Amino acid sequence: MPSEPPAARHVLEFPGGYTRTTGPVIGRFLSELRARRIVGVRTAEGRVLVPPLEYDPGTGDPVTGEYVQVGPAGTVTTCAWVDEPLEGHPLDRPFAWALIALDGADTALLHAVDAGNPKAIATGTRVWPVWSERPTGNVTDLSHFVPEVTKIVAPVRAEYRLRAGGALGVFLAGVERGVLLGGRCQSCEKVYVPYRLSCPECGTAIGEPVELPGTGTVTTFAINNLPDPRAPQVPFVSAYILLDGADIPMIALVGDVPAHEVRHGMRVRAVWVPTEERTASMTNIRWFAPTGEPDVEL
Amino acid sequence: MGNRCAVIGVGQTRYTTKRRDVSMAGLVREAALRALEDAGLTFKDIDAVVIGKAPDLFEGVMMPEAYLADALGAAGKPMMRVHTAGSVGGSTALAGASLVQGGVHERVLVVAYEKQSESNATWALSTHLPFSASLVVGAGGYFAPHIRDYIRRSGAPGHIGTLVAVKDRRNALKNPYAHLKIPGIDRKMVESTPMLWEPIRYLETCPSSDGACAMVLAAESAVTGTPAWLHGTAMRSEPIFRAGRDTVSPRAGIDCAADVYRQAGITDPRRQIDVAEVYVPFSWYEPMWLENLGFAAEGEGWKLTESGATALDGDIPWNASGGVLSSNPIGASGLIRFAEAAQQVRGLAGDHQVDGARTALGHAYGGGAQFFAMWIVARERP
Repeated sequence: MPSEPPAARHVLEFPGGYTRTTGPVIGRFLSELRARRIVGVRTAEGRVLVPPLEYDPGTGDPVTGEYVQVGPAGTVTTCAWVDEPLEGHPLDRPFAWALIALDGADTALLHAVDAGNPKAIATGTRVWPVWSERPTGNVTDLSHFVPEVTKIVAPVRAEYRLRAGGALGVFLAGVERGVLLGGRCQSCEKVYVPYRLSCPECGTAIGEPVELPGTGTVTTFAINNLPDPRAPQVPFVSAYILLDGADIPMIALVGDVPAHEVRHGMRVRAVWVPTEERTASMTNIRWFAPTGEPDVEL
Repeated sequence: MGNRCAVIGVGQTRYTTKRRDVSMAGLVREAALRALEDAGLTFKDIDAVVIGKAPDLFEGVMMPEAYLADALGAAGKPMMRVHTAGSVGGSTALAGASLVQGGVHERVLVVAYEKQSESNATWALSTHLPFSASLVVGAGGYFAPHIRDYIRRSGAPGHIGTLVAVKDRRNALKNPYAHLKIPGIDRKMVESTPMLWEPIRYLETCPSSDGACAMVLAAESAVTGTPAWLHGTAMRSEPIFRAGRDTVSPRAGIDCAADVYRQAGITDPRRQIDVAEVYVPFSWYEPMWLENLGFAAEGEGWKLTESGATALDGDIPWNASGGVLSSNPIGASGLIRFAEAAQQVRGLAGDHQVDGARTALGHAYGGGAQFFAMWIVARERP
């Protein structure tokens, strides 16, 4: 059985690094980069090469001495997504290699685009340069490109303090002790719940609150299949419940019954949370549950 | 009804999920410029601008009329904003028309828009206030019980909603501006989509769209191009909490229709109106509004839908453009109905033109089915 041949690591690295004399064309390009500008050079035929070359690859002629500022933005002409960056890549997170036609250039520049995800870049995407923090006159002064700004996040926050005064205060005081309070219009006799101070139909003032029982009838409902953090499960039923003695339904959750067994005309009763958990809020009513009485004809 | 008023220019953007290429200002300007071009006019020819959109919470821009004045050429001109929830597009057209009918201005630009992609309408419509325990999630959660009640009361078979969902999307295939384009859509496809708020299935709901619509309204002396004449304009509203309120067929809708028909001399809407653009954001609202608007007797609307009468080749096409079910930039949706009605009587509706349409209804509703706006437009001068 042959044994493993001996192996040794060997490094060839010129101490301090090789130098490169840039010549005037590349030197100008790098100097401009250090000043956070991108230039191309014009060929005798009039094309603008970016990055600049000393000799026109098309004709072999020397380029002219005319430098043209291009970009700084450009358009991606094609790209390839790198899911797992390798050592030596310009970015340590997934990025795109892209050919970028900088504005005013006749050739495309190969560079890295920090696009976040592959859906954020395609042929035609506009990109802008990101410069290294300390330019030194090296090609890495142009760190990478990023997609053009097309959207910003505008946080808007309005914070209110709601005081449950007036009629709502009266109603919630009732809810806190486990009673639903309505109000009877003195003119049209309709009973409104929650308690309110004037009749929306005729405008007449409403007098003293009247206690309503916690029982009522489902007049109609929706079976919601979209989750909601306040709903016990999906599906959940939100129903119009006409409390006994009231003339206007209230919208509430129906529970203790499978969603598809809820019916028009079903008799229900409020299920209150235990006394010690009650606050001045409608969350005191967990939901309405069937009473078991026969359905009501609507 | 005041002085004569006509629609002389209509402009729409293509409706889509996300218009990433334009700001809100760019969006409204696109529609406005198209309306002006249609009228052969420029911003210089406009006396006043009326803009409408749905709640500010949708995009989080307060007083959008201030921000959008420049984009709409309104510098130095009267500008006002209208807001009546989902019906706002219709109300915007009517607020603009009233400035012409009242003799205040000769030419008014009306614009409505929504850029729904900037946030989420269901979130904006479900702001749960303290002390309450409302479990209504979005517009669908609110309207589903009303639809369920309609089905119970009318005895309509369960598939009626799917018929409308298919019909309006097929119409949308003929409308270059429509958002949803679903070639090959049929009942089976609609029925295979999940129930979101039973009885409302996914494909029985409207999409979320970005888009804007604009119209130029002119007094008789300032008409250019092809006019659609206003024969009736009406708005009504009612309180959302009122004892005995009929949420299936709201009183405000019945009264609004009666008013607009009286002005236009319409006694038999199904016979006298050639085409209707009606705000139907959930498919079942077609049969519900057929009854509310007097095209069918109570409990009979679904039979009209089932018979095909409301299809593009039926005797009373509803939503030839594909309707709200196919494009829904909320604030603009009402104005689009009004504009599409005008395009029909101008003979400029393109592939979804109803042959010989002379009289059309534009309709919008909003809030908890409590705000209504309608107009009747016709080819002939009133």
